[in-house]
Amino acid sequence: MFESFNLSLVDWSRVQFALTAMYHWLFVPLTLGLSVIIAIIETKYYKTGDETWKKLTKFWMKIFGVNFAIGVATGLILEFEFGTNWSNYSWFVGDIFGAPLAIEGIMAFFMETIFIAIMYFGWDKVSRRFHLLSTWLVALGANLSALWILVANAWMQNPVGMKFNPDTVRNEMINFWDVLFSPTAVGKFTHTVLSSFTLSAIFVVGVCAWYLIKNRHVTQSKRSMKIASIFGLISMILTIYTGDISARDVSKTQPMKFAAMEAHFHGSSSVPLKAVGIIGNVKESLKDKDKELNFYGIQLPGVLSYLTNYHFDSYVPGINDLLYGNNERGLLSVNEKIERGYLAKTNLLEYKKAVSNGDLDKIELLKADFENPAWINKYFNYFGYSSYYSENKIQQSKNAMKVVPPVSLTFYTFHIMVLLGMWFILLFILILILLKKKDNKQNESNTKEDSIQLRKYRWFLWAVLFTIPLSYIASESGWIVCEVGRQPWIIQDLMTTSQAVTHIETYPVMLTCCLFALIFTALLIADIKIIVKQIKIGMDDTPIDNKNNLKN
Amino acid sequence: MFMKNIMKLYTDGFKNMPRWGRTVWIIIGIKLLIFFVVMKILFFPNILNKIPTDRQKADYVLEHICDENN
Repeated sequence: MFESFNLSLVDWSRVQFALTAMYHWLFVPLTLGLSVIIAIIETKYYKTGDETWKKLTKFWMKIFGVNFAIGVATGLILEFEFGTNWSNYSWFVGDIFGAPLAIEGIMAFFMETIFIAIMYFGWDKVSRRFHLLSTWLVALGANLSALWILVANAWMQNPVGMKFNPDTVRNEMINFWDVLFSPTAVGKFTHTVLSSFTLSAIFVVGVCAWYLIKNRHVTQSKRSMKIASIFGLISMILTIYTGDISARDVSKTQPMKFAAMEAHFHGSSSVPLKAVGIIGNVKESLKDKDKELNFYGIQLPGVLSYLTNYHFDSYVPGINDLLYGNNERGLLSVNEKIERGYLAKTNLLEYKKAVSNGDLDKIELLKADFENPAWINKYFNYFGYSSYYSENKIQQSKNAMKVVPPVSLTFYTFHIMVLLGMWFILLFILILILLKKKDNKQNESNTKEDSIQLRKYRWFLWAVLFTIPLSYIASESGWIVCEVGRQPWIIQDLMTTSQAVTHIETYPVMLTCCLFALIFTALLIADIKIIVKQIKIGMDDTPIDNKNNLKN
Repeated sequence: MFMKNIMKLYTDGFKNMPRWGRTVWIIIGIKLLIFFVVMKILFFPNILNKIPTDRQKADYVLEHICDENN
């Protein structure tokens, strides 16, 4: 599965970044989605004045608070790592990466911190309307925070709206709106946020399923489940829709990643979609370009072609077409891209030499290339490939193989994510059906509202509970597809991870990697322990007096 | 008056904070201490910050991204 993995400095740096990013992402999605679910529940309280809704709001706020507090600032480590381990990248990327992160810090962070105080401390101190507004603004702020970092990430996948400055060796933003509204950024933001909403909805229904198994807080659980299931179902359907948009964008901007997601080696028309199954030996297919990759499972004829180009018989390039080129389809080989990238690199080095020698004519001549869109498009856009150049062409052809990402890992994580997404839809639909069906043999001690068939299906409630970890697996798998699938690029076609890495000793990276693993594991254990404890304590069950609830 | 009300919101909030709230604040404190004091100082020196001028930084990065051993 890890076919191109050996633990050098760059790999340790990647492991370290992946570890911190994946731990960070264990906290974030619940914050994004639960904040919206809480706002919806509080809106119900605002509209009805029913104290049960208020108690529900407070209970989920408690869970949100623990997760938010333990997760907050874990992303800072990633920002530190950009400076330490990826300093070449940080310099090369210039203000394009910094600007969205700065906006995140100023706008969203302050929005969250101000209104989160009102959300927690403001009950009975501000009007119900203002409290509700604060809760919605916390949800908005949390999701806006995600917007900026996802925009920055999308730029790495599809660098747009910038111009390279050969004097500073930095990319400079020339159009903020191109960066913000690139199809990659829009697809990434919507898909990531909606999938986080789904994860949060699963978390809520999972916790409520446990209460129903234990026969506790039945009314509250039913209400929470109904809201979370509708919210989750809508989010999951939209997650699939935005995932489809994202995948189509990937097929255009990162075709190698797209081919790896489907383990599609030989370009052809009417390409089937590998729905469920396992793939054969990837290494052998990479060694021998004529060797087909075996697939043992269910395939849907023509569906990959349709999903890519809206035509069942359309052509989809495979890994080998992208690696060795395909003249008929106008696809450049990696070797050709290496030559072009090398020419761009040579130009840049010549330019820097001319600057230090004060050779004005040469400076003017070479700088004109970096201003010329046709030259940029033909040569500079392959700058990253220059790192695979070799005078020995046999060696260069071997180097070209490095642009293929780990196929098996990308393929399996992509399919795990998609299959789990299908299960989530089914789960929400089943919950909604069983919540609607009344149980005629209701226990007399139950209220009419509590007499739902869902309580009878204990095996299903357990399945709902155990879907919580599955939702995290789906979410993390999505990130693996995104980040492993784009290897070896840190900025698509412009910079490889090897070029981006800081040239430091390997052992401090190994040491900090282990240290982060310890700290993040401790934080995760604390998070789970406190949340589980609060769930076991449960919701406020004191009798409700709804008479004077609408006084504000 | 407005500022006074805001201060009161925070002070009352912290005073009446439940046990779980105090626990997470302790965790936040420890975490930030580790992140900003221990890690930032000991493990996160930015290598480019040691290079005095932007031109030298650009040259340093250029040398590394054009290194054929990458």
